[in-house]
Amino acid sequence: MTGDKEKVQRLVALFLAGGVFFSYPIISLFNLQVFVFGIPLLYLFIFVIWLVLILLIGLATRSGSRGAGKRSLG
Amino acid sequence: MLVTGIILLFAFGYVGLLFAIAFYGDKRADMGKSIISNPYIYALSLAVYCTAWTFYGSVGRAAKTGAGFLPIYIGPTLTAALGWLVLRKIIRISKVNRITSIADFIASRYGKSMTLGGVVTVIAVLGIIPYISLQLKAISTSYLLIKQYPRVTMDVNFGQIPFLKDTAFYIALLLALFAILFGTRHLEATEKHEGLVAAIAFESGVKLVAFLVLGLFVTYGIYHGLGDIFQKAGRLETLKKLFVLENRIGAYADWSMYIFLSMLAVMFLPRQFQITVVENINEEHLKKAIWLFPLYLLAINIFVLPVAIGGLMHFEGVAVDADTFVLTLPMAEHRQWLALFIFIGGMSAATGMVIVESVALSTMICNDLVMPILLRKFTRQLAQRSDISNILIVVRRFSIVLVLLISYTHFHLIGEFYPLVSLGLISFAAVAQFAPAILGGIFWKRGTRLGALTGLIAGFTVWIYTLVLPSLVQAGILSPFFVSEGPFGIALLKPFQLFGLQGFDHISHAIFWSLLFNTGCYIGVSLFDRPTALEHSQAALFVDIFRYAGEIDRPAFWRGKATVPDLRSLLEAVLGKERADEAIAAYAKGQDQDWERTVEAEAGFVGYAEKLLAGAIGSSSARVMVSSVVKEEPLGIDEVMDILDETRQVITYSRELERATRELKRANERLKELDRLKDDFISTVTHELRTPITSIRSLAEILYDNPELDMLKRKHFTGIIIHESKRLTRLISQVLDFQKIESGKLEWKITSVDMANVIDEALIATDQMIKDKHLTVNVQVPDPLPLVEGDPDRLVQVMVNLISNAVKFCEKDTGIIDITLFVEKDHIQVDVADNGIGISPEHQELIFETFQQVRDTSRGRPPGSGLGLAIAKRIIDFHHGRIWVKSALGKGATFSFTLPIRKEKWAL
Repeated sequence: MTGDKEKVQRLVALFLAGGVFFSYPIISLFNLQVFVFGIPLLYLFIFVIWLVLILLIGLATRSGSRGAGKRSLG
Repeated sequence: MLVTGIILLFAFGYVGLLFAIAFYGDKRADMGKSIISNPYIYALSLAVYCTAWTFYGSVGRAAKTGAGFLPIYIGPTLTAALGWLVLRKIIRISKVNRITSIADFIASRYGKSMTLGGVVTVIAVLGIIPYISLQLKAISTSYLLIKQYPRVTMDVNFGQIPFLKDTAFYIALLLALFAILFGTRHLEATEKHEGLVAAIAFESGVKLVAFLVLGLFVTYGIYHGLGDIFQKAGRLETLKKLFVLENRIGAYADWSMYIFLSMLAVMFLPRQFQITVVENINEEHLKKAIWLFPLYLLAINIFVLPVAIGGLMHFEGVAVDADTFVLTLPMAEHRQWLALFIFIGGMSAATGMVIVESVALSTMICNDLVMPILLRKFTRQLAQRSDISNILIVVRRFSIVLVLLISYTHFHLIGEFYPLVSLGLISFAAVAQFAPAILGGIFWKRGTRLGALTGLIAGFTVWIYTLVLPSLVQAGILSPFFVSEGPFGIALLKPFQLFGLQGFDHISHAIFWSLLFNTGCYIGVSLFDRPTALEHSQAALFVDIFRYAGEIDRPAFWRGKATVPDLRSLLEAVLGKERADEAIAAYAKGQDQDWERTVEAEAGFVGYAEKLLAGAIGSSSARVMVSSVVKEEPLGIDEVMDILDETRQVITYSRELERATRELKRANERLKELDRLKDDFISTVTHELRTPITSIRSLAEILYDNPELDMLKRKHFTGIIIHESKRLTRLISQVLDFQKIESGKLEWKITSVDMANVIDEALIATDQMIKDKHLTVNVQVPDPLPLVEGDPDRLVQVMVNLISNAVKFCEKDTGIIDITLFVEKDHIQVDVADNGIGISPEHQELIFETFQQVRDTSRGRPPGSGLGLAIAKRIIDFHHGRIWVKSALGKGATFSFTLPIRKEKWAL
């Protein structure tokens, strides 16, 4: 069960990280009338963080059986 | 020009395709070859979360609020991250307790309470009606729009259409039929609908592809890529504001509140619970789904903003509802097949939701609202009926039709005044009320039935006050002063600014107050309430599910008496004879009892039957039904506390664990020792076998190679061969004997035995050995001698073993063996003494152990298998005697054994 505990901890950490990134005040830092690569900054920020979060969740559920050597950090 | 006939053909053709898929899925499930048992289909079916709200409404929301459409999809992503912790627990609890709906879950957690189940059902049904109505509105609107292809016009008014001419009405009926066919096909104890799930997964695929195709068409067909759209919009002041959130704290609070709200909704919407928990085939599927499902949400949202902005620019100055951009954009561009495909995509989003939601609600209405009432009123009559399953199915089918008809009415009366997303959010706010009771219920044991009930009612009341009543104002049923001035002119009670709270939008405002009241009452009342025994035991079962999982059927929480035939007829009535027989057979398989003959049901079986019933009619109803045939002796609170008290449990567990560990360690050491001895034994025996075989072989070779060898030598050699062969035979028969004794296969021939004869026979057998070494043997046997009871041949074997053992250790020529027999009060004792090398004290105990030989480094291994003494001990043990040795190194050894005397023959 230790592998599972590790997994749960990683996922909870990702949840907290996601919660922080998508809330005030972090989100207000990107709430600007600026375009990056022709895309509004706020949207770019949200979609990139969102995608990274999803991939890390995927990574966190996959590792664990492969041992503690592989660590996923946001 | 799209003819109405073609549109209808595609619309009904699409629903027909769903029927086919569902039918195929059910057929495969019946054959045991599930097509949905993999994480990908599971993740796709979870996307039933994306409804017409997502498909049409998101664009409308984005056109008004910019990023405001996104929190609804970010929330589920965060929930997914917690999925392994929270959802897996809910799934496990539901599987173990055969829970089939949210109402059942909450009722079961708080002591299988009927009241609670009923309240949850009412909240769910009332809360979800606007949501279903939203879907019907979307289907209806999109149909009316596409019918006028290629004209894009907004002057459609649902209120004017008589329902018999309204396509949405027929679609609603068709969906009801679908839900009835594949959602209530038969009563399952597990309540799984594989065909339905297959169809839902297919719909998720269709709506995603449709939306992506549209997004690509708008972005790259009408405009020149994302950059182009954003650049053009960036030049317009009215559109620029969509690229950022309003920069005030209230806007951020709304934003976070929506994320929070959707986090809860994705768990507690009845359809999500149905798909995530009830239809889940394998917990492991969750592992992949918790990142595939968010990925789906991300994908379906990428083009929302470009489509919204594209639509706003395209229809600038024209009155086109942004909720319809998805459909009106391809229509305005004269892409009729694309428009038709989008129309189908929108239908897939709406129908999927309606189907699963109505099935989930019908299960609740049936199991937690109708059945409990029927049971309370007609307990006895129902328990005696043999066709309860038919009643249940009829109730469910009726509920589905009812839910759809109410939703349809809602859509006609109220729905048209609201944009799609606002309707959906009202439902989200309703199901969020389940959060304290469920989340508290699975992580906090102290939550009680009364606490959950008060919390739910308080939260629901606030929900009605702050969201439903104002919607009645909009529909013209209540006076507008209610909203603008507050009831009776009390400003503090204004439904959108309760207690003067301002700065939030209506939904966030309602969420804040309702969940505050809900959680406050839940915790507060729980802490001042005393849970009943059943509540306490259910709480422990839910919170510690992973601990109890293995032993969940243990009867600790139920001491009842019931008869198997009673329970069987109950099961047959609810599940049907075939399924009941299967279930009982499945249970009997795990037990070795003759179930056809057992009359009194053991507690484990009562619990099993209750759980089976719970799967079909809900936990609280199941409890009432089982109680009607069980004479239950309820456990006192003290007993339950005893059983469940956590600290005690943990201490007992850890003690037991320690004890078990110690025992295991000991057993392990013993095994290792035995293993070592076995190795020794094998090497000894093989060594002993090899010696005679080697000499036999070499002598035989000499005889073979030298035919001219003289007679005398020939005789000498063959003599040795014979001698060695005898030794070999003896060795082998010893091993065989020992094996026989050990495995208990030896047949003993018990008669009266004269020990004097036994000693004589043994001396004859060992005569050659003694003569070879020129030893002296003295025998002293008193006369008359009492008889002993035993197997004479085996006793001879004991004597032979002891004598040959003595012979082995005596020096040649000078060795003396004394055999003495004494008669004591109730036994005789035989001593075999030698003047050989003796045995050191530490070896004296081991010498009778299996495979043990005294090893002396200077003399090497003594000849023999090491089995002689072990066999002797086994034989003496069998005769209820005792065998031991007295010795000192260099002073010879005395082996002694005793045998009890046959009392009545003493006279001889």
